[in-house]
Amino acid sequence: MEKLVSYKEMAPGGIVVNPGNSLEYKTGDWKVLIPVINQETCTRCRICWYVCPDNAIVELDKEYTTKKNRKYKVSYDVNADFCKGCGMCAQECPVKAIEMVPVEVA
Amino acid sequence: MLEEAKRAIPLSTNHAIAYAVKDLDVDVISAYPITPQTTVVEKISEFIAKGELDAEYIHVESEHSALSAAISASLTGARAFTATASQGFALMHEMLHIASGLRAPLVMSVAMRSLSAPISIWNDQSDLFNARDAGWIIIFAHTAQEAYDTIIQSYKIAEDHNVLLPVMVGYDGYVMSHTIEPVIIEDKEKVMKFAPKVQYPFKLDPDKPVSIGSITPPEYYYEFKYQQVQAINGSLPTIEKVDEDFGKTFGRNYGLMECYMCEDADSLIMANASYASTLKAFLPEIRKQGLNVGLLRLRVYRPFPLQKFVEYTSDKKNLLVIDRAISYGAPYQGPLANEISGAMVKEGLKLNLISVVAGIGQRTVEFEDFLALARLAHEGRRHEETIFYGVRE
Amino acid sequence: MATIEIRWHGRGGQGAVTAGEVLASGAIIEGKYALAFPEFGAERRGAPVRAYTRITDNPNIPRTPIENPDVVVILDRSLLKKEYIEGLKNGGYIIANTPLKPDELIKKLNLPDSYNVSTVDATTIALKWLKANIVNTAILGAVIKTTNLIKIDTIIDVLKNRFHGKIGEANAMAVKEAYDSTLVMKLQEAI
Repeated sequence: MEKLVSYKEMAPGGIVVNPGNSLEYKTGDWKVLIPVINQETCTRCRICWYVCPDNAIVELDKEYTTKKNRKYKVSYDVNADFCKGCGMCAQECPVKAIEMVPVEVA
Repeated sequence: MLEEAKRAIPLSTNHAIAYAVKDLDVDVISAYPITPQTTVVEKISEFIAKGELDAEYIHVESEHSALSAAISASLTGARAFTATASQGFALMHEMLHIASGLRAPLVMSVAMRSLSAPISIWNDQSDLFNARDAGWIIIFAHTAQEAYDTIIQSYKIAEDHNVLLPVMVGYDGYVMSHTIEPVIIEDKEKVMKFAPKVQYPFKLDPDKPVSIGSITPPEYYYEFKYQQVQAINGSLPTIEKVDEDFGKTFGRNYGLMECYMCEDADSLIMANASYASTLKAFLPEIRKQGLNVGLLRLRVYRPFPLQKFVEYTSDKKNLLVIDRAISYGAPYQGPLANEISGAMVKEGLKLNLISVVAGIGQRTVEFEDFLALARLAHEGRRHEETIFYGVRE
Repeated sequence: MATIEIRWHGRGGQGAVTAGEVLASGAIIEGKYALAFPEFGAERRGAPVRAYTRITDNPNIPRTPIENPDVVVILDRSLLKKEYIEGLKNGGYIIANTPLKPDELIKKLNLPDSYNVSTVDATTIALKWLKANIVNTAILGAVIKTTNLIKIDTIIDVLKNRFHGKIGEANAMAVKEAYDSTLVMKLQEAI
């Protein structure tokens, strides 16, 4: 267990003086299900990226060409360190390109 | 005629405080009117309108918002001020704790007044004594001059990075707030040299971001509260030093607690604000009546200057404590008397403590009443219960 | 100089409180210590009001109401009653707004000869200069004439600071006319 610091070492007033420290607090191990994005059916509408409460949908500069030869400049992935498995991305995806699958399977 | 008085101008305590705010170049004033405080913020608005003070003047929709705005301003590094009394003060209560919890170095003046119901617009100290556990530094002024001087001292105390606590300056509504008396107003440059702006060390700043107002789970909250305990207890030497330095700069200082006609007295009356100034005037006459009584004037209330209290009272026989607020159902029903009895136990003092509640809702206490109280102190009988002086049986 | 205690009686709107403040302000400007405060009530126009002024050379001044004044000032004619003179010290002054002469007022109120009495028709003066029954500045002229507590020029300076432009001028004229027309009847050694 992490050792907690003395009151003397804490900034007053509960003020957080090292902003952005949520990156150090990985919440990804809570999940049971994780989204898997189907790059074939995904239309790159960005809705999943938008609705994710933990910014865990990652837009990658990675080209992708579908079997029907449609070219996309970007691909989407899930940051497993922060995804809590809430499933909002899958719920909101208009083309049902996201499937929630058990972590063990993924 | 009188050298010291020659520089004085006629001001009410409310206006004296407004002058202090101007001379301190306060950046943000949040204002909501409530009698008997209103003329403080009215006068400040005049100063701003005339261009004598360059400040943001925020008309808020309640006292809750007044203090919220002042806290926020203070946390951006601005010098902030607000003023209140009575019902408005009560409405602020939630924000009082947020101000001290966030360690906002703002200053607020309180024209002390009774609380409803039934409605009373008159003076007592119910409002301030209800807020004594809110973690603020609390200082009482007994003259308009002291109020002016104490507001100046307060910013220097509050903004000290070893303190970082809000300060409230209490004085009696009407009896002081609306009374014209001589006040020496100092040169603005000299005031700013004495109390230069010291910004909040963790101010909101896009170049150096911080998060303010975080939630703290059980394993952290307690430590932050303990920081406040350390900060307020540790502020006493700063308060004393600022007062001493003020004396060196301006020729007036007040001490943490004042003992007046006290050295040769067997018995003391503890009083604050207007009762202290009135007692100072009456004590010579009271002495002539053979009552060997002095005044112990409560000035700095939070943190309580316990060592000074012991120094002044350890060789005395009787201590009569006048409370102008009621602690309903408490062992002593005067809040101050309750604390003094605790202090006596802590320090092993063998004083005969007499608890008196008086002046509730501005019930007049005249010379004969002070004489009667002095007689009570002088006689030194034991009174187990709080005496509700002057109430009609 | 001992402490001089002045009690003002008027009706809400006549300026008793302001009169008390202006007198104290003048005293402070002249380097004396002074306090001025009203009897605090739910102020409303027309109700009887009291105000107090203490002038002294002692920096410690009590903040209690004045029960035994050296001077009682009555701003409203309807308040020319013995109950408003209660507590006045022997040798003290009554300064009243009335067209009566001092001896006529003494007779009318059946006053004992232990008081000094001054009268001034402040209402007529106020109506002339201020076009309103605001008698406080006029009565101040009578107070200065009777007590010599402070200089009339100091009072005029305070008034001009408080009321700017034409209103300040009109108030100054009211004070001067009242000062000149006040009748003082000293029956006792001045306090």
